[in-house]
Amino acid sequence: MIQISARHLDQITIFDVSGDIDLATSPELRKALLRELRELRMPRVVVNLQAVQYVDSSGVASLVEGLKASRDVGSRFVLCGLNTKVKEVLRLSRLGTIFEICESEEQAIAP
Amino acid sequence: MLSVVRGAVTRLTERFGFSEPECRAVVRAVDEALTNIIRHAYHGQTGRPIEASFRSIRVRRDGGQETALEIVLQDQGVRVDRAKLQGRPLEDVRPGGLGLHFIRQSMDRVEFRYHKGKNQLRLVKFLHAPEPRRSC
Repeated sequence: MIQISARHLDQITIFDVSGDIDLATSPELRKALLRELRELRMPRVVVNLQAVQYVDSSGVASLVEGLKASRDVGSRFVLCGLNTKVKEVLRLSRLGTIFEICESEEQAIAP
Repeated sequence: MLSVVRGAVTRLTERFGFSEPECRAVVRAVDEALTNIIRHAYHGQTGRPIEASFRSIRVRRDGGQETALEIVLQDQGVRVDRAKLQGRPLEDVRPGGLGLHFIRQSMDRVEFRYHKGKNQLRLVKFLHAPEPRRSC
């Protein structure tokens, strides 16, 4: 089960994601990210992962797709609020360094 | 469904005596293995049979015997091409292909075979990883 809600702050979209990101739910996250980046061309998309309990490889893949889409359209794609479980998976994937990661949402939305 | 399995494997590994990170590793490996079966062996079809067995085993290792958790997952889907079980270089930044890497990172032994019309994946995790050898 996953819950994704979006908030808009000036030119920034903030996604609050909670629950599990797995085979069943990652397509929903991917769709939400790509809509905001490819269709709405938001200059900055922030994904707050603080309440995420589990991420599998398909969840990481969705985040990578979001990152690639942001590069295509010239937007910023920022992850924030990473808990131990999410950090562990990004470390395992060795993809932690390709993302822009902020400790807090305040830092992620700062000018 | 996968979340139900994750919950059950979490409880099982906790009772088995694994540490918290080890429990997460085993859960991750089983979840990724099931995901691969659904995606590749069953081409995304849900509701197809996957047999899972979990048992405690004693394994001869480094001149001694160690306790380990053995997990065997079997499916009746398309025969898996062993050549595709190599994973991909992680330097290649793109979505997908991470599942097998996660499984190998999470378990001590990962073995695959095709037996009597079934894909069979055997995963082993030692209860206590041996301490690194110290040189004098």
